[in-house]
Amino acid sequence: MYAIIIGGGKVGYYLTKALLEAGYETLLVEKLRENYLRLFDEFGEAVYQGDGDEMRTLQEIGTNRANIFIAVTGDDEDNLIACQLAKKKFGCPKVIARVNNPRNEEIFRQLDIDATVSATRIIYGLVEQEMEAPEVIPLLALKKGNIEIVEIAIPKNAPVVGKTVEALRLPEDCILISIIRGEEVAIPRADTVIEVGDTILALISTTRVHEIHDALLGK
Amino acid sequence: MRIIILGSGRVGARLATELSGAGHEITIIDKNSVAFRRLGKDYHGQVVVGTGIDSDVLRKAGIDSADVFLALTNGDNTNLMTAQVAKKIFKINRVMARCYDPERAKAFRELGIQTICSTSIMAEQIEKEMGLI
Repeated sequence: MYAIIIGGGKVGYYLTKALLEAGYETLLVEKLRENYLRLFDEFGEAVYQGDGDEMRTLQEIGTNRANIFIAVTGDDEDNLIACQLAKKKFGCPKVIARVNNPRNEEIFRQLDIDATVSATRIIYGLVEQEMEAPEVIPLLALKKGNIEIVEIAIPKNAPVVGKTVEALRLPEDCILISIIRGEEVAIPRADTVIEVGDTILALISTTRVHEIHDALLGK
Repeated sequence: MRIIILGSGRVGARLATELSGAGHEITIIDKNSVAFRRLGKDYHGQVVVGTGIDSDVLRKAGIDSADVFLALTNGDNTNLMTAQVAKKIFKINRVMARCYDPERAKAFRELGIQTICSTSIMAEQIEKEMGLI
Protein backbone atom coordinates (compact mmCIF):
# COMPACT_ATOMS: atom_id res chain seq x y z
CA MET A 1 0.00 0.00 0.00
CA TYR A 2 1.28 3.45 -0.94
CA ALA A 3 0.16 6.41 1.18
CA ILE A 4 0.85 10.05 0.40
CA ILE A 5 0.62 12.66 3.14
CA ILE A 6 0.54 16.39 2.36
CA GLY A 7 1.73 18.75 5.09
CA GLY A 8 4.61 18.12 7.49
CA GLY A 9 3.15 19.79 10.60
CA LYS A 10 2.51 17.82 13.77
CA VAL A 11 -0.38 15.79 12.34
CA GLY A 12 1.59 14.92 9.21
CA TYR A 13 4.68 14.09 11.21
CA TYR A 14 3.05 11.64 13.61
CA LEU A 15 0.93 10.11 10.87
CA THR A 16 4.01 9.46 8.72
CA LYS A 17 5.80 7.98 11.68
CA ALA A 18 2.92 5.65 12.49
CA LEU A 19 2.45 4.52 8.88
CA LEU A 20 6.18 3.86 8.41
CA GLU A 21 6.29 1.88 11.65
CA ALA A 22 3.34 -0.17 10.42
CA GLY A 23 5.42 -1.00 7.34
CA TYR A 24 3.48 0.96 4.71
CA GLU A 25 5.16 2.70 1.81
CA THR A 26 4.66 6.33 2.82
CA LEU A 27 5.68 9.68 1.38
CA LEU A 28 5.36 12.93 3.32
CA VAL A 29 5.24 16.12 1.23
CA GLU A 30 6.36 19.37 2.87
CA LYS A 31 6.46 22.73 1.13
CA LEU A 32 8.97 24.69 3.22
CA ARG A 33 12.68 23.94 2.86
CA GLU A 34 13.41 24.49 6.55
CA ASN A 35 10.75 22.03 7.72
CA TYR A 36 11.69 19.59 5.00
CA LEU A 37 15.32 19.45 6.15
CA ARG A 38 14.27 18.75 9.73
CA LEU A 39 11.89 15.99 8.63
CA PHE A 40 14.53 14.57 6.26
CA ASP A 41 16.87 13.98 9.21
CA GLU A 42 14.32 11.58 10.64
CA PHE A 43 12.49 10.11 7.65
CA GLY A 44 15.12 10.34 4.90
CA GLU A 45 13.74 9.45 1.48
CA ALA A 46 10.21 9.22 2.86
CA VAL A 47 10.00 13.03 2.75
CA TYR A 48 9.67 15.10 -0.41
CA GLN A 49 9.97 18.87 -0.68
CA GLY A 50 7.20 20.29 -2.84
CA ASP A 51 3.81 21.94 -3.02
CA GLY A 52 1.08 19.33 -2.80
CA ASP A 53 -1.28 21.65 -4.69
CA GLU A 54 0.92 21.67 -7.79
CA MET A 55 0.31 19.25 -10.63
CA ARG A 56 4.03 18.78 -11.15
CA THR A 57 4.60 17.70 -7.55
CA LEU A 58 1.67 15.29 -7.68
CA GLN A 59 3.05 13.83 -10.91
CA GLU A 60 6.56 13.40 -9.55
CA ILE A 61 5.51 11.65 -6.36
CA GLY A 62 3.45 9.09 -8.26
CA THR A 63 0.00 10.13 -7.10
CA ASN A 64 -1.50 7.93 -9.83
CA ARG A 65 -0.35 4.79 -8.03
CA ALA A 66 -1.21 5.95 -4.49
CA ASN A 67 -3.85 3.91 -2.69
CA ILE A 68 -4.58 6.65 -0.24
CA PHE A 69 -3.95 10.39 -0.25
CA ILE A 70 -4.20 12.40 2.97
CA ALA A 71 -3.95 16.21 3.15
CA VAL A 72 -3.35 17.52 6.66
CA THR A 73 -2.00 21.05 6.30
CA GLY A 74 -3.40 23.78 8.55
CA ASP A 75 -5.36 25.35 5.69
CA ASP A 76 -8.72 23.89 4.64
CA GLU A 77 -8.53 25.27 1.11
CA ASP A 78 -5.10 23.74 0.49
CA ASN A 79 -6.28 20.36 1.74
CA LEU A 80 -9.37 20.49 -0.47
CA ILE A 81 -7.53 21.39 -3.66
CA ALA A 82 -4.77 18.81 -3.14
CA CYS A 83 -7.35 16.07 -2.53
CA GLN A 84 -9.46 17.09 -5.52
CA LEU A 85 -6.44 17.04 -7.84
CA ALA A 86 -5.31 13.66 -6.47
CA LYS A 87 -8.75 12.14 -6.95
CA LYS A 88 -9.95 13.71 -10.15
CA LYS A 89 -6.71 14.22 -12.05
CA PHE A 90 -4.68 11.25 -10.83
CA GLY A 91 -7.45 8.77 -10.07
CA CYS A 92 -6.45 8.21 -6.45
CA PRO A 93 -9.17 5.91 -5.02
CA LYS A 94 -9.31 7.33 -1.49
CA VAL A 95 -8.65 10.91 -0.40
CA ILE A 96 -8.89 12.23 3.14
CA ALA A 97 -8.77 15.90 4.12
CA ARG A 98 -8.18 17.53 7.46
CA VAL A 99 -10.77 20.23 8.14
CA ASN A 100 -10.23 23.04 10.61
CA ASN A 101 -13.58 24.79 10.33
CA PRO A 102 -16.14 22.03 11.14
CA ARG A 103 -18.67 23.65 8.80
CA ASN A 104 -16.37 22.78 5.92
CA GLU A 105 -16.85 19.06 6.51
CA GLU A 106 -20.21 19.02 4.78
CA ILE A 107 -18.90 21.25 1.99
CA PHE A 108 -15.93 18.94 1.39
CA ARG A 109 -18.24 15.95 1.17
CA GLN A 110 -20.33 17.73 -1.44
CA LEU A 111 -17.13 18.45 -3.35
CA ASP A 112 -16.30 14.71 -3.55
CA ILE A 113 -13.80 14.27 -0.72
CA ASP A 114 -14.13 10.70 0.61
CA ALA A 115 -13.47 11.45 4.26
CA THR A 116 -12.76 14.44 6.43
CA VAL A 117 -11.26 14.74 9.89
CA SER A 118 -12.00 17.73 12.06
CA ALA A 119 -10.19 17.93 15.37
CA THR A 120 -12.45 20.84 16.28
CA ARG A 121 -15.57 18.75 15.78
CA ILE A 122 -14.20 15.71 17.60
CA ILE A 123 -13.19 17.76 20.63
CA TYR A 124 -16.48 19.66 20.54
CA GLY A 125 -18.29 16.32 20.49
CA LEU A 126 -16.39 15.20 23.57
CA VAL A 127 -17.10 18.45 25.39
CA GLU A 128 -20.78 18.15 24.52
CA GLN A 129 -20.86 14.59 25.84
CA GLU A 130 -19.23 15.73 29.05
CA MET A 131 -21.76 18.49 29.42
CA GLU A 132 -24.81 16.40 28.62
CA ALA A 133 -24.03 12.94 29.86
CA PRO A 134 -24.54 13.61 33.58
CA GLU A 135 -27.92 15.18 32.96
CA VAL A 136 -30.08 12.46 31.41
CA ILE A 137 -28.48 9.06 31.72
CA PRO A 138 -30.13 6.11 29.96
CA LEU A 139 -30.24 3.17 32.38
CA LEU A 140 -32.23 0.54 30.55
CA ALA A 141 -33.80 0.15 27.12
CA LEU A 142 -37.10 -1.73 26.92
CA LYS A 143 -39.30 -2.84 24.03
CA LYS A 144 -36.46 -3.07 21.50
CA GLY A 145 -35.20 0.31 22.59
CA ASN A 146 -38.49 2.19 22.09
CA ILE A 147 -38.86 2.87 25.79
CA GLU A 148 -36.09 3.82 28.17
CA ILE A 149 -35.60 4.14 31.87
CA VAL A 150 -33.51 7.24 32.46
CA GLU A 151 -31.90 8.89 35.44
CA ILE A 152 -31.83 12.66 35.88
CA ALA A 153 -29.83 14.38 38.61
CA ILE A 154 -31.32 17.73 39.59
CA PRO A 155 -28.65 20.44 39.77
CA LYS A 156 -28.82 23.71 41.72
CA ASN A 157 -30.03 25.82 38.80
CA ALA A 158 -32.72 23.46 37.51
CA PRO A 159 -36.06 25.22 36.88
CA VAL A 160 -38.02 22.48 38.68
CA VAL A 161 -36.36 22.94 42.07
CA GLY A 162 -39.04 23.75 44.67
CA LYS A 163 -41.90 22.66 42.40
CA THR A 164 -44.34 19.87 43.16
CA VAL A 165 -44.58 16.86 40.87
CA GLU A 166 -48.09 17.96 39.99
CA ALA A 167 -46.77 21.30 38.68
CA LEU A 168 -44.20 19.66 36.37
CA ARG A 169 -44.90 19.91 32.67
CA LEU A 170 -43.81 16.45 31.73
CA PRO A 171 -43.82 15.20 28.15
CA GLU A 172 -46.39 12.70 27.00
CA ASP A 173 -45.56 9.02 27.43
CA CYS A 174 -43.53 9.76 30.53
CA ILE A 175 -43.91 8.33 34.01
CA LEU A 176 -41.81 9.28 37.01
CA ILE A 177 -40.87 6.04 38.75
CA SER A 178 -39.12 7.27 41.82
CA ILE A 179 -37.18 10.08 43.42
CA ILE A 180 -33.94 9.15 45.14
CA ARG A 181 -33.06 11.60 47.90
CA GLY A 182 -29.88 10.72 49.80
CA GLU A 183 -30.40 7.12 50.90
CA GLU A 184 -34.19 7.34 50.62
CA VAL A 185 -36.25 6.18 47.69
CA ALA A 186 -39.63 7.88 47.40
CA ILE A 187 -42.57 7.17 45.13
CA PRO A 188 -43.39 10.50 43.54
CA ARG A 189 -46.80 11.82 44.57
CA ALA A 190 -48.61 14.87 43.27
CA ASP A 191 -47.45 16.96 46.24
CA THR A 192 -43.82 15.73 46.36
CA VAL A 193 -41.50 18.75 46.06
CA ILE A 194 -38.38 18.43 43.89
CA GLU A 195 -35.16 19.33 45.71
CA VAL A 196 -31.61 20.05 44.65
CA GLY A 197 -29.58 16.83 44.51
CA ASP A 198 -32.61 14.61 43.85
CA THR A 199 -32.14 11.83 41.36
CA ILE A 200 -35.27 11.14 39.37
CA LEU A 201 -35.91 7.85 37.62
CA ALA A 202 -38.36 8.03 34.74
CA LEU A 203 -39.86 5.76 32.13
CA ILE A 204 -40.12 7.47 28.77
CA SER A 205 -40.38 6.71 25.07
CA THR A 206 -36.96 7.02 23.48
CA THR A 207 -37.99 9.73 21.06
CA ARG A 208 -38.96 12.01 23.93
CA VAL A 209 -35.80 11.80 25.99
CA HIS A 210 -34.81 15.33 24.97
CA GLU A 211 -38.22 16.58 26.11
CA ILE A 212 -37.76 15.32 29.63
CA HIS A 213 -34.34 16.93 29.61
CA ASP A 214 -35.93 20.26 28.72
CA ALA A 215 -38.84 19.78 31.14
CA LEU A 216 -36.70 19.08 34.19
CA LEU A 217 -33.43 20.84 33.43
CA GLY A 218 -34.48 23.65 31.10
CA LYS A 219 -33.24 24.24 27.58
CA MET B 1 -26.88 42.40 -11.33
CA ARG B 2 -25.96 41.20 -7.83
CA ILE B 3 -22.22 40.53 -7.91
CA ILE B 4 -20.03 39.25 -5.08
CA ILE B 5 -16.28 39.86 -5.31
CA LEU B 6 -13.92 38.00 -3.00
CA GLY B 7 -10.63 39.80 -2.40
CA SER B 8 -10.19 43.57 -2.35
CA GLY B 9 -6.72 43.61 -3.86
CA ARG B 10 -5.80 45.70 -6.90
CA VAL B 11 -7.86 43.59 -9.30
CA GLY B 12 -10.83 43.03 -6.99
CA ALA B 13 -11.10 46.64 -5.82
CA ARG B 14 -10.76 48.04 -9.34
CA LEU B 15 -13.38 45.72 -10.73
CA ALA B 16 -15.70 46.45 -7.79
CA THR B 17 -15.39 50.20 -8.34
CA GLU B 18 -15.96 49.94 -12.10
CA LEU B 19 -18.92 47.58 -11.82
CA SER B 20 -20.46 49.65 -9.03
CA GLY B 21 -20.09 52.76 -11.22
CA ALA B 22 -21.80 50.88 -14.04
CA GLY B 23 -24.84 50.37 -11.82
CA HIS B 24 -24.33 46.82 -10.56
CA GLU B 25 -25.07 45.88 -6.99
CA ILE B 26 -21.71 44.81 -5.52
CA THR B 27 -20.63 43.21 -2.25
CA ILE B 28 -16.89 42.89 -1.75
CA ILE B 29 -15.32 40.57 0.84
CA ASP B 30 -11.82 40.77 2.28
CA LYS B 31 -10.30 39.33 5.44
CA ASN B 32 -8.49 42.61 6.04
CA SER B 33 -10.61 45.76 6.33
CA VAL B 34 -7.64 47.97 5.36
CA ALA B 35 -7.92 46.49 1.87
CA PHE B 36 -11.18 48.39 1.31
CA ARG B 37 -9.16 51.61 1.09
CA ARG B 38 -8.38 50.55 -2.47
CA LEU B 39 -12.05 51.03 -3.41
CA GLY B 40 -12.61 54.19 -5.44
CA LYS B 41 -14.90 57.12 -4.64
CA ASP B 42 -17.46 55.75 -7.08
CA TYR B 43 -17.92 52.59 -5.08
CA HIS B 44 -21.41 52.44 -3.60
CA GLY B 45 -21.64 48.75 -2.73
CA GLN B 46 -21.38 46.77 0.50
CA VAL B 47 -18.22 45.55 2.22
CA VAL B 48 -17.92 42.42 4.37
CA VAL B 49 -14.88 41.57 6.49
CA GLY B 50 -14.09 37.86 6.70
CA THR B 51 -12.53 34.88 5.01
CA GLY B 52 -14.24 33.54 1.91
CA ILE B 53 -13.69 29.91 2.87
CA ASP B 54 -16.22 30.31 5.69
CA SER B 55 -19.73 29.82 4.33
CA ASP B 56 -21.15 31.99 7.13
CA VAL B 57 -19.19 34.90 5.65
CA LEU B 58 -20.46 34.11 2.15
CA ARG B 59 -24.04 34.05 3.44
CA LYS B 60 -23.50 37.38 5.16
CA ALA B 61 -22.40 38.75 1.80
CA GLY B 62 -25.70 37.59 0.35
CA ILE B 63 -24.50 34.64 -1.72
CA ASP B 64 -27.98 33.13 -1.56
CA SER B 65 -29.27 35.76 -3.95
CA ALA B 66 -26.17 36.60 -6.03
CA ASP B 67 -26.03 36.34 -9.83
CA VAL B 68 -22.25 36.40 -10.21
CA PHE B 69 -19.37 35.32 -7.94
CA LEU B 70 -15.79 36.36 -8.64
CA ALA B 71 -12.96 34.88 -6.53
CA LEU B 72 -10.00 37.23 -6.94
CA THR B 73 -7.80 36.85 -3.85
CA ASN B 74 -4.08 36.19 -4.20
CA GLY B 75 -4.59 32.60 -3.01
CA ASP B 76 -5.30 30.10 -5.80
CA ASN B 77 -6.74 27.50 -3.46
CA THR B 78 -8.99 29.98 -1.67
CA ASN B 79 -10.31 31.10 -5.06
CA LEU B 80 -10.81 27.57 -6.36
CA MET B 81 -12.53 26.43 -3.18
CA THR B 82 -14.91 29.38 -2.91
CA ALA B 83 -15.73 29.26 -6.61
CA GLN B 84 -16.75 25.62 -6.23
CA VAL B 85 -18.80 26.40 -3.13
CA ALA B 86 -20.54 29.24 -4.98
CA LYS B 87 -21.25 27.07 -8.01
CA LYS B 88 -22.06 23.68 -6.52
CA ILE B 89 -23.55 24.55 -3.15
CA PHE B 90 -25.10 27.98 -3.71
CA LYS B 91 -25.95 27.17 -7.35
CA ILE B 92 -24.59 30.38 -8.86
CA ASN B 93 -24.17 29.94 -12.62
CA ARG B 94 -21.66 32.68 -13.36
CA VAL B 95 -18.57 32.00 -11.30
CA MET B 96 -14.91 32.73 -11.96
CA ALA B 97 -11.72 31.94 -10.03
CA ARG B 98 -8.43 33.74 -10.49
CA CYS B 99 -5.42 31.45 -10.53
CA TYR B 100 -1.70 32.24 -10.63
CA ASP B 101 -0.67 28.65 -11.34
CA PRO B 102 -1.43 27.85 -15.02
CA GLU B 103 -1.46 24.08 -14.41
CA ARG B 104 -3.95 24.35 -11.58
CA ALA B 105 -6.07 26.76 -13.65
CA LYS B 106 -6.15 24.23 -16.49
CA ALA B 107 -6.93 21.29 -14.20
CA PHE B 108 -9.94 23.01 -12.63
CA ARG B 109 -11.13 24.39 -15.96
CA GLU B 110 -11.30 20.77 -17.10
CA LEU B 111 -13.30 20.00 -13.96
CA GLY B 112 -15.87 22.63 -14.87
CA ILE B 113 -14.73 25.68 -12.91
CA GLN B 114 -14.13 28.77 -15.01
CA THR B 115 -10.63 30.03 -14.20
CA ILE B 116 -8.58 32.98 -15.37
CA CYS B 117 -4.80 32.78 -15.16
CA SER B 118 -3.07 36.16 -15.00
CA THR B 119 0.34 34.46 -15.35
CA SER B 120 -0.31 32.93 -18.74
CA ILE B 121 -2.25 35.95 -19.99
CA MET B 122 0.65 38.23 -19.13
CA ALA B 123 3.28 35.89 -20.57
CA GLU B 124 1.37 35.64 -23.85
CA GLN B 125 0.88 39.39 -24.01
CA ILE B 126 4.58 40.10 -23.47
CA GLU B 127 5.58 37.59 -26.11
CA LYS B 128 3.10 39.10 -28.54
CA GLU B 129 3.90 42.75 -27.91
CA MET B 130 7.63 42.14 -28.09
CA GLY B 131 7.13 40.22 -31.30
CA LEU B 132 8.74 37.12 -29.82
CA ILE B 133 6.27 34.58 -31.10
